Amino acid sequence: MIRYALGRLTSLIISLFVASLVIFAVIEVIPGDPAAFMLGVNARPDTIAALRAEMGLDQSVVTRYFDWVTGLLRGDFGQSWTYKTPVADLIADRIWVSLPLAIYALILSTLIAFPAGIYAASRRGGPGDITIMGATQLGVAIPNFWFAMILVLIFAINLRWFSAGGFPGWGDPLQAIKALTLPAIALALPQAAILARVMRSSLLDMLGEDFIRTARAKGLTRRQALWRHAVRNALIPVLTIIGLQFSFLLAGGIIIEQVFFLPGLGRLIFQSISARDLIVVESVVMLLVFTVIVVNFAVDLAYAAVDPRLRART
Amino acid sequence: MYHFKRFAASAVIGLWATTALAQDSITVAIQLEPPNLDPTGGAAQAIDSVLYANVFEGLTRFDADGAIIRGLAQSWDISDDGLVYTFNLAAGVTFHDGTAMDAEDVKFSLDRARAEDSTNAQKGLFAGIADVTVVDPLTVQITLDQPNGNFLFNMAWGDAVIVAPESIENIASNPIGTGPFTFTDWVQGDRIELTRNADYWGPAPALETATFRFISDPTAAFAAVMAEDVDAFIGFPAPENLPQFEADPRFQVLVGNTEGETILSTNNKMPPFDNVLVRQAVAHAIDRQAIIDGAMFGLGTPIGTHFAPHHPDYVDLLANSPHDPDRARELLAEAGFADGFTTTLKLPPPSYARRGGEIIAAQLREVGIETEITNLEWAQWIEEVFTNKDFGLSIVSHTEPMDIGIYANPEYYFQYDNPEFQALMEELNATTDPAGRSALLARAQTIISEDYVNGYLFELAVATVAKASVQGLWVNQPTAAVDLTGVSWSE
Repeated sequence: MIRYALGRLTSLIISLFVASLVIFAVIEVIPGDPAAFMLGVNARPDTIAALRAEMGLDQSVVTRYFDWVTGLLRGDFGQSWTYKTPVADLIADRIWVSLPLAIYALILSTLIAFPAGIYAASRRGGPGDITIMGATQLGVAIPNFWFAMILVLIFAINLRWFSAGGFPGWGDPLQAIKALTLPAIALALPQAAILARVMRSSLLDMLGEDFIRTARAKGLTRRQALWRHAVRNALIPVLTIIGLQFSFLLAGGIIIEQVFFLPGLGRLIFQSISARDLIVVESVVMLLVFTVIVVNFAVDLAYAAVDPRLRART
Repeated sequence: MYHFKRFAASAVIGLWATTALAQDSITVAIQLEPPNLDPTGGAAQAIDSVLYANVFEGLTRFDADGAIIRGLAQSWDISDDGLVYTFNLAAGVTFHDGTAMDAEDVKFSLDRARAEDSTNAQKGLFAGIADVTVVDPLTVQITLDQPNGNFLFNMAWGDAVIVAPESIENIASNPIGTGPFTFTDWVQGDRIELTRNADYWGPAPALETATFRFISDPTAAFAAVMAEDVDAFIGFPAPENLPQFEADPRFQVLVGNTEGETILSTNNKMPPFDNVLVRQAVAHAIDRQAIIDGAMFGLGTPIGTHFAPHHPDYVDLLANSPHDPDRARELLAEAGFADGFTTTLKLPPPSYARRGGEIIAAQLREVGIETEITNLEWAQWIEEVFTNKDFGLSIVSHTEPMDIGIYANPEYYFQYDNPEFQALMEELNATTDPAGRSALLARAQTIISEDYVNGYLFELAVATVAKASVQGLWVNQPTAAVDLTGVSWSE
């Protein structure tokens, strides 16, 4: 188990290093001088040069990469060029929108997908199965931003149960959760559809396995065999999907955050790219990559916990 | 029991009436969030949108129609030679931190803006100031290098507001001004909150609190107004939805002018645009109304020169360049391009450019000019088009008020170099007499129109959607501002 974990850890570190190189390189080649952009069209060349020096843009690319990475290692994300505040503070503010939103959406999606997937698998071919599979087909096909607009149209504009967007802050937790509800549903339903399909097919695979037949032969009912043996074994592919989905929900909320004008990480990236606040973009993207890689690492460890064979193999 | 019921009913009505009367807060949406809150240190218009006239005030200011009126200066005298301006400041003015605003603060603000290391994005406004002298706490004397007919106008800009040395250090995050509203909170990415300044020196505003929200996505903007999450949206980003709001009794739609002359910028030094016949051909190839209808859903006023049509000195020169594709082809043939030519059309992000660009490309193709369209982000546009002048054509709205002077700078990105025009601008700067200025401005407009420097398209409109009972909002945008001092709720 320790060797397995160490192996995973090494690949985690290498992935992070490669990611930092790629992110820095990609963002550096975005055209447009940040200093000239910030000062506008009436600025004089010497003012622009002064600002470039202030932002450290007059130094070589290698120096800047090195400064950035060593800063990150010390936990220093740098100073935002436009907001003039530490990037870490900006992230700290925004993460309290994006992280709860991702968790909320993940919980919703799991709560919908597990029962739906298990029910469909246990009623394979029946009308319940066909209905659920039809619904998931639709769920996979619908883009989440479009679904978000429909939710706003129905629940904010017509019924007035929710506001169309914005985030009041965590001062009043109930209001905060209410503000995140429509975005969470919009994010969760397409994910739930995928998860339910994976759950169903994974369970059906398991139900055809020898050990289920053995369990049935020992006298368990179909349902008992399903719950005691099949569900636990079907969880491995499902966990993989959940891990991927969490990363997607955290990083991929950009469009949903735009639709609901939520002050989250996605919107921060979006605003920073258009304002050429490169230091913010680099640091936030790196943070998201870090999260994705760590979540995958955790999922790998979770496999090992669920499936003893993985521990033995490495 | 009956009495009690009646009492309860009247109490309920009384309560209802109080809540109705007590409607003294407003939520206003604009498209972009300010990057920081220092109007004297950045080019972003969103800073002025939130703070101009609300939190910060200058010596003079723009009113809703763009006229220059008194600000912190209650009156002024101009010496006969036009060089010395003596401003008499309002008495009893304090900054929001309680310190007094006096002539020393005016001197500090102006000296800071024109200093060597100033990062004021409009440093040119202060270029002619030779000296600022404090005569007494309520009198300040400004001496200019040479007469400047625009000086009172320059002092009305958001970049020329009066700030205090005590609070300047944190101005970007905690703006301290003299205005009728104080800054209370900024939840970055979501909202900025202002509260009525109880100690304001002028007439108290009707509103107690105001919240600014920032919504750039057109669909989200539509939803926020429809769901009544916001009370007013200044600069509504989806003109296609305006008829729907007009038809809805809950809302009012205000359409006004901005100071944005939207032009087909033309690189006057790049062949074949260095030939005036080619530029004239382009001007005749353009159908302004088709662009306004197609790209702006009918919002916008056609212009024939680089000047705001609502300005009293505007000269209607549309007759110089009516839509006439045959004439355009003739002119091209005369210039030696009977078979047309190919050029670049580089478009910044706003919809007037992206949608307008497609229409203009089609109109130019009519007369034989092929364009290669490139879509650029603003930062790219500033680098490629504005700084490196690597373009044939572009579309951009010049939003600075009274900016015809850019045509006197041969280094400016469209590279128009006409000594006659440059001399005219120098004469204009030295002229303070209003009638003389009007004549010179008319001449200036005519010169650039007859030289077909750029394709003059339309004056950018601004649409405001607000709840029907909100009153006192600006219809026009003479400067980027959401002035809340006169805003109130009817009923």
